[in-house]
Amino acid sequence: MSSQTAEKLETGAATAAPLLNVNNIEVIYDHVILVLKGVSLQLQKGGIAALLGANGAGKTTTLKAISNLLRAERGEVTKGSIEVMGERVDQETPNELVKRGVIQVMEGRHCFEHLTVEENLLTGSYTRRDGRAAVNESLEKVYHYFPRLKERRTSLAGYTSGGEQQMTAIGRALMANPHTILLDEPSMGLAPQLVEEIFEIVRDLNVKEGVSILLAEQNTMVALRFAEYGYILENGRVVMDGEAASLRENEDVKEFYLGLSTGGRKSFRDVKHYRRRKRWL
Amino acid sequence: MEVLNTFLIAPFLDMADSPIFLLEVVIGGLMAGVMYSLVALGFVLIYKASGVFNYAQGAMVLFAALTLVGLMENHVPIIVAIILTMAVMVGVAMLIERYMLRPLVNQAQIILFMACIGLNFVFEGAGQIAWGSNVKKLDIGIPENSFEIGGVLLNAFDLTAAITAAILVAFLAVFFQKTAIGRALRAVADDHQAALSVGIPLKTIWVIVWSVSGFVALVAGIMWGGKAGVQFSLVLIALKALPVLILGGFESVPGAIIGGLLIGVFEKVSEVYWGPAFGGAIEGWFAYMAALVFLMFRPQGLFGEKIIERV
Repeated sequence: MSSQTAEKLETGAATAAPLLNVNNIEVIYDHVILVLKGVSLQLQKGGIAALLGANGAGKTTTLKAISNLLRAERGEVTKGSIEVMGERVDQETPNELVKRGVIQVMEGRHCFEHLTVEENLLTGSYTRRDGRAAVNESLEKVYHYFPRLKERRTSLAGYTSGGEQQMTAIGRALMANPHTILLDEPSMGLAPQLVEEIFEIVRDLNVKEGVSILLAEQNTMVALRFAEYGYILENGRVVMDGEAASLRENEDVKEFYLGLSTGGRKSFRDVKHYRRRKRWL
Repeated sequence: MEVLNTFLIAPFLDMADSPIFLLEVVIGGLMAGVMYSLVALGFVLIYKASGVFNYAQGAMVLFAALTLVGLMENHVPIIVAIILTMAVMVGVAMLIERYMLRPLVNQAQIILFMACIGLNFVFEGAGQIAWGSNVKKLDIGIPENSFEIGGVLLNAFDLTAAITAAILVAFLAVFFQKTAIGRALRAVADDHQAALSVGIPLKTIWVIVWSVSGFVALVAGIMWGGKAGVQFSLVLIALKALPVLILGGFESVPGAIIGGLLIGVFEKVSEVYWGPAFGGAIEGWFAYMAALVFLMFRPQGLFGEKIIERV
């Protein structure tokens, strides 16, 4: 992975504007609830970046701000800007963004339960206007990456397993022919082995299909292994960012998110005390 | 013993006594049922795509029929009048999307239901302001004579209604199951958010669904208006669609059809054979009783989508 990564980073640096540029955005729900308080991040072409943080840190909101699913939840980007390939997209509908090649895979899979797996995949091609042959080609490609889905193509998505649903959700997004996938919590509720399987496929897609990925994940350990760059969110702010490798080595990250600490085991009371005092913000 | 005889034995003896008459009653019921199905279809379409019980469907039927009659009274040729009415229904669908559905996006079902009740009054009022509240005759040239096949008396108008409904259902079934837009409609029905996330524009889908259901309302309006005259009470037939929906299932197009037919037959047969025991006129409430009993045993209806629960 490392040589490929280095190569990709070089090409990324050569093109001036990042693929995705989120610039200091603030998000308010229902006109009152301030959820993001200035989040900035970049995703390079062909890269994998991870958004990390605890529950309620703002990972999902950040992704939804980019894909603009926010508006359907009465949320709104009130400050800052979001650019895809140098063009501002913060006022665009999800439909327009999907046409641009940015698609979100939602947290909790959200398959269409009463549609078959194949119909689920086909809904992903709704925005495409390049003909049935091209869509069928994409369908074969999805089945190539997720052979399991081919076996279950005629079953109702509601009756498939959690892993298969996650695959369906990712496959469905692929059907739109995106250059960027916003992947929200793909590991949620899955066995570690399946998480591994899905992340391997995601990496495959990134390397072979050149799909850039912005990943929101609570499972910091796995995320930092597959991503190249990481952003750590806390209370709606980015509190730390850096190369995945350096984040993995960071003492605070180890302590707070990886559950590793250098000083051996501490008593529970000490840990709580220490955590309460040592906040980034 | 007396009671047992009246309710359980005598009716069946009557049925066996003249099977031709029974057949006529059943066919009469089926024909009436088709008319219920037509209204129920409109409900199903909107329920499937936006998860809203469109209380205003009956008023939409009235509105469509009133518009059609009003245009025809102004000497617009019938084909043109139907096309213009359809255009009006599409326009109405756009207005509903813009001023009702869009501001209420992601609100609880009950709120949308309340909005539909409001919409009901808007339709009733607008139709009557524009076209007056007199009972109007709608004559679009469907023959109304009766004829006999194999000793059974049939009505040409009822038969036309049945055939129209059959064509409409076939069209809707193909539309929903085979086209990309139909697939998108079902996707929206399943999960709004996910549909949005894959780039299905809810606005367009909602306009399409409300237009299609406006079209169904127009067909129902033509049929009911032709049969009973275009009048305010058309709104009330929408209430008859309720037991149909409970029986057939709120999400199922075939369910609306079969539910309608069942209710129609059920009503007529019970009226003719059991009616006298209650002193007649049980047609009006029997369907609701049946729906109530049905609810206890199969709340999702005969063809309703199974509530999928993974364990």
